[in-house]
Amino acid sequence: MRRPYLRPIDSLWWAKPPYLAYTLREATGIAIGAYALVLLAGVICLAVSENAYDAWLRFLASRWSLALHAIFLVAMLFHVWTWFAIMPKTMPRLVIGGRYVEPRLITATGVAIAALASLVLLVIALRILQ
Amino acid sequence: MMDAKSIAEERLIVEVLRYRPEEDAAPVMESYEIPYIDGMSVLQALQYIKDYIDGTLSFRWSCRMAICGSCGMMIDGKPQLACQTILRAGDVRSLRVEPLKHFPIERDLVVTMSDFVSKVESIYPFIIPRSPRTPAEGEYLQTPAEMARFENFSDCINCMLCYAACPQFGENPNFLGPGVFALLQRYNGDSRDAGQNKRMELVHTENGAWSCTAVGHCSDVCPKHVDPANAVNQNKTNSALDFFLRFLPRRGQSERGV
Amino acid sequence: MKRSVAPIFWLMFGAGGMLAALVGPALVIMTGLIVPTGVGNSTTIMDYAHAIAFAQHPFGKLVLLAVISLFAWHGAERIYLTLKDMHLGPKFTLAWLSYGSAGAVTLATTAALLAIGF
Repeated sequence: MRRPYLRPIDSLWWAKPPYLAYTLREATGIAIGAYALVLLAGVICLAVSENAYDAWLRFLASRWSLALHAIFLVAMLFHVWTWFAIMPKTMPRLVIGGRYVEPRLITATGVAIAALASLVLLVIALRILQ
Repeated sequence: MMDAKSIAEERLIVEVLRYRPEEDAAPVMESYEIPYIDGMSVLQALQYIKDYIDGTLSFRWSCRMAICGSCGMMIDGKPQLACQTILRAGDVRSLRVEPLKHFPIERDLVVTMSDFVSKVESIYPFIIPRSPRTPAEGEYLQTPAEMARFENFSDCINCMLCYAACPQFGENPNFLGPGVFALLQRYNGDSRDAGQNKRMELVHTENGAWSCTAVGHCSDVCPKHVDPANAVNQNKTNSALDFFLRFLPRRGQSERGV
Repeated sequence: MKRSVAPIFWLMFGAGGMLAALVGPALVIMTGLIVPTGVGNSTTIMDYAHAIAFAQHPFGKLVLLAVISLFAWHGAERIYLTLKDMHLGPKFTLAWLSYGSAGAVTLATTAALLAIGF
C-alpha cells in the first residue's frame, strides 16, 4: 500500500547552518534600508528649516549615530563582498577570447571597481568639495 | 584481505529513519550496529544492513559510482549520494541516514519522485529546431565556445540533492526547482535550440525563477558541479529583462520560431 | 500562464544593490563618520549652505532621490523575503508592508526635494 509521508520543514531553517550565512547576507539589506531612512530624515530636515537641518547634523555627531554608522559600514562592506560573490550566478557563463571566465575573477573585478568608486568618491568629497 | 584494523573489529552505529506505510503511523529512527571497514561507503553500510540484519530496508541504488543519481539521501543532515560518501577510519563512529528532505517518503529511504519527473517533462527537455530539418541536411555545427555555454548543465544526473538543499523548494513544493532549471537552461543555452520562448513562459511564473532567493546551497551540494543556482539566477535576469522588453516588437520572430 | 510581478521589484533591488556596493561604504564613511567628527577639516562639506545648494541643483536632486529610494527598494526586497522565510505573516501583508514602506520613502523624498525648490 502507498501512504506517502511528508515530513514538516523546520520553520527555523533560516537561523541554522548552512542557511544562516544566507540570512546574514540578506540582513545587510536592513542596514542599507535603515541608512536610506537616515538620509531621508536629513532631506526632510533640509526642506523644513536650517534649524531642523542643524539638529540632524547634531544627531549625526552624537555617539549613537557614530555607533550606528559603524554598524552600517560593516554591513555595507559585507554587502559589497556578498553582492559580487553572487553576481556571477545571475549571468550566463562568460567566455572571453575563447577562455572561460571564472566566477571568482568576476567577483574580484567587481570588488576592485567598488573599492575604486568609493575611493574616488571620498577623494572628491574631501579634496574638491571643501 | 584482513588487515589489523578490520581484525580489531571496529563497529559502526548506523541510525536509519524507517517508514513502513502499512504499519508505521510516522517515520521512526532505528539503530543498527555493523562491522566497519575503512573506506566503506554509506551505500555499502546500507547494503550490509539489508543483507545481514534487516532485509526489509528499502533504498534506491544502482551504479554505485555517482552517475545514475539513484542513491541521494540525507547523511548526517547533509544531502549526499550514499555511494560517494566514504567513511574513514577514526572519523566515524556513528552515522545518521534519512531520506532526502522536502520529498514525501514512500518507504524507508525511498522518496516520491513523480512530481519531479512531471516538472522535468514540462520544460520541453529536447532540442526545438528553428525549422524542420532532415538528416540529409547534415549535422548542426557548434563551436566549443557555444557548447561551453550549456555543457555543465547537461551533466545533471537527476539525483535531487539540490531539491533537498533548497529551502525555498521546502517552503513551496510547486517551485520548479534547481535541477529542472539546469535542464531548462541546458536547452535554452544550446545554440541548436529555438524553443526559448516556450520555456520562458514557465520561468516567468511565481513557481519559476521567482521562487528562488539565491541561497545558492543547491550548487554547493551538487555532486556533478552542474551549478543549478546559475541556471535559475541567470533566468531571473532573462525574465526581468523580458518583463519590460516584451512590449518592443522583435524582428523576424515568427520565421525563426523563437 | 500567469507572470509574476517580481521582476519590477527585483530590478530595483538590483539597481539599489549595485549602487550600494559601489558608493555605499564611501557614503556611510563620509556622512556618518568623517563629516560629523570633522576629520580632515570636513565639517563644512555638509553644512546648511552646501546641503541646500546641492539639493536645489537638479543633479543633486537626482543623486539624492536615486540613493535614498534605490537603497530603500533594495532593503524592502530583502526585508520582504527574510520576513517571509521567517513566517512572520502572510505573504500579501509582508509584501505590502515592505514595498509600501519603500514606496512611502520614495514619495517622501520626492516631496521633500520639491519643497526644497530650485
